[in-house]
Amino acid sequence: MKPSRIWAWLALAVGALYFALPLIGTIEFSLRMRRGVYSFDAYRAVLSDPQFRATFSFSVFMALMTIVLGVLVIAPTAYWVRLKLPRWRPIVEFITLLPLVVPPIVLVFGYIRLYNTSSWLPLTGTAGGTNLLLLAGYTVLALPYMYRAVDTGLRTIDVATLTEAAQSLGAGWITIMARIILPNIMVAILSGAFLTFAIVIGEFVLAALLNRPAFGPYLQVLGANRAYEPAALAVITFAITWACMGLIQLVTRLQKHTQVPR
Amino acid sequence: MAFLDITRLEKFYGTTHVVKDFNLAVEKGEFISFLGPSGCGKTTTLRMVAGFETPSSGSIRIDGRDVVNLRPNQRNIGMVFQAYALFPNLTVAQNIGFGLKVAGRPRAEIDERVREMLGIIHLPELGGRFPFQLSGGQQQRVALARALAIRPKLLLLDEPLSALDAKIRVSLRQEIRAIQKKLGITTIYVTHDQEEALSMSDRIVVMNAGVAEQVGDPFTIYNRPATRFVAGFVGTLNALDAIVTDPATGSITLDGQPIRLNRPIDAAAGASIGLALRPETLALGPRPETDGSLRGTVRDVQFLGSVLRVRVALDGQVVALDSFNTAALRPPAVGDAVEVSFATADVLVSDG
Ligand SMILES: Nc1ncnc2c1ncn2[C@@H]1O[C@H](COP(=O)(O)OP(=O)(O)OP(=O)(O)O)[C@@H](O)[C@H]1O
Ligand SMILES: [Mg+2]
Repeated sequence: MKPSRIWAWLALAVGALYFALPLIGTIEFSLRMRRGVYSFDAYRAVLSDPQFRATFSFSVFMALMTIVLGVLVIAPTAYWVRLKLPRWRPIVEFITLLPLVVPPIVLVFGYIRLYNTSSWLPLTGTAGGTNLLLLAGYTVLALPYMYRAVDTGLRTIDVATLTEAAQSLGAGWITIMARIILPNIMVAILSGAFLTFAIVIGEFVLAALLNRPAFGPYLQVLGANRAYEPAALAVITFAITWACMGLIQLVTRLQKHTQVPR
Repeated sequence: MAFLDITRLEKFYGTTHVVKDFNLAVEKGEFISFLGPSGCGKTTTLRMVAGFETPSSGSIRIDGRDVVNLRPNQRNIGMVFQAYALFPNLTVAQNIGFGLKVAGRPRAEIDERVREMLGIIHLPELGGRFPFQLSGGQQQRVALARALAIRPKLLLLDEPLSALDAKIRVSLRQEIRAIQKKLGITTIYVTHDQEEALSMSDRIVVMNAGVAEQVGDPFTIYNRPATRFVAGFVGTLNALDAIVTDPATGSITLDGQPIRLNRPIDAAAGASIGLALRPETLALGPRPETDGSLRGTVRDVQFLGSVLRVRVALDGQVVALDSFNTAALRPPAVGDAVEVSFATADVLVSDG
C-alpha cells in the first residue's frame, strides 16, 4: 500500500473515532443504571416519565407547526424574489441571515417587551398567545436554514418559464405554487424541515424564557438532577435525528420524477 | 375586423425603444411567422400578445376583444417555449391535462382530450412517462399538445425548435404545420431561421430593430423584398452598384456593361443605384429566353452538393450564381471567360 493511502485511512479512522467515541461512551453509560449489569432501566425510566412525554410531544407539535408556518411564509417569498425581484436577492439573503447574528435571547426579550400583558397586544397573557410567540420565534430561528434550502431547490428548476407555462394554461398564483413550484422543490423543503425539526426539538432559550413546557428546558432540568437518564435521552434524540434522515432519503427515493438524474 | 388585430403597438424598456409602431392583422387559421435577427423584438412582441409584457401603448384585440388589460391566465392563449417548460413533477398525460384540470373540467373530458392530443402528436403510448424520460423532440411535442389541449384561441411558439438537432427540426416543423392546419388554429411562430419561416408560414413578418419591415407571403418576401434589409436577410443576395444612364427606360451600366431594365427608375441620370440579384436567378451561358446578360471571368467554383455556386468577376464587382449540378455538365474552370444571363424582371432596384 502506498504511504499516502495509509495516511488517508488513518485520518479517516481518527475522524470516525472522534465522532463515535463520545456516542459509544454515552450509550455505554446509559446502560449502566443497574449496578454490575447492562440494562435498559434508564430508558424505561425516561420513557415512562409523563413529563418526558408531555414536553416531547409539545416540542414535536411546535416543530411541525414551525415547519408549516416556515414553508407557507418562506417558499412564496423566495419564489417571488426569484421571479420578480432578482435584484433584491442579496438584501433578502442578508435579512434571512440575521437570526444567526442576533442571539435568541435578544429576540425573546424583544418579544416580551412588545407583547407583555400591559402592551397593545398582550400575547404573553395567555398560554395560547405565548405559544404563538414561541412559534414565531422558532420560525425566525429556522429562517436561515429554511430559506437557503428552498432557494437551492428553486435554483434547480426554471422558475420563470414554468410559471409562464402554467399561467398560459390558465393557472393562478395559488395553483402555480401548490401544483408546480412546491412539488418540484419538495426534497429541498424536506431538508430544510429536518433542520428546523432538529433546531426546535433542542431549543432552550426561547422556551425557557417564555416559560413553555418544551423539551429543551426538560432536558436541562433532567441533566442537572439525574445521572443516567440524560445519557439515555441523548441517545433517544440521536435515534430520532437518524430516523429523520432516513425518512428524507426514503421520500427522495419515492419521488418518481427525481429517480433518474436529469 | 381580423381575428387578431395588433395596432400601433409600442414597447419601451426604460428609454430603449424595443418595438416600434407594430401593426398586424391576422385572419383566423393563419400561420404567421415573426422573422428577424437576434434582438429585433420578436419575443417581446409575442410576449405582449401572451400577456407576459405590458405594451407601452397600442392595442391587441383577439376576436374583437381588447386583451391588453387581461392577465396571461385570462387570455386563453397556448404558448410553446424554446425550453419546453414541461412540469417535471407531472407525467406526460398530467402535463397535457393540466390546463383542463385548472379549468375544473370533469375527469372523463380531461382523459378523453389527453388521449386525443397524444394521438395528434403521435405519442399514444407515452402518457405515463415523466418529462425526463423523453427526448427533446418528444418533450417539445408534448409541450405543443399541452398548449393545444385547452383549445386556445391563439397558439404562440417562441423558437420551439432551436434546441433540437437539424434532422428533428425539419421533421417537427412539418408536423407542427400539419397539426396547425388540421386544427385550423391561428398561430404566431417566432424564429430567426428563414428556412423555417419560408417553409411553414402563410405570411411572414420580417422584423428589424423593432420595426416590421415587411409583411407578406413567403413568395413575395423572397422574390419581392420591400426593403434592402429584407432582401439581405432573407436568402442570399448579390448586392451590386450601378450607374443610371437613362431613368425613363431603365438603362444602367454595371461595371461598364450596359443593361436595360425596361422600366423607369426613380433616380437621376448619372446617379448611383443599388441592384440586387438572387444567385438562383442567374444562369451560366447565353439563354434565349432571358433579356439581360453580363460578361466576366470565373473567380471560383463552390460545390454545395446538388448545387454549384459559381462566382464570376466583372470589372471589380463579383456576382455569385447557382446552377444545378448535373453529371453531364462539366463545371466551369477558374479563369474561364463566361456569359451570365438573367431576366431583368428579377433585378431588384434600391436607391443608393
Ligand atoms: N426585460 C428587459 N429589459 C430590458 N431590455 C430588454 C428586456 N427584454 C428584452 N430587452 C431588449 O429588447 C430587445 C428585443 O428583445 P427580444 O427578446 O424581443 O429579441 P428577439 O427578437 O426575441 O431576439 P432573439 O432572436 O435573440 O430571441 C433586445 O435588445 C433586448 O436586449
Ligand atoms: Mg427571442
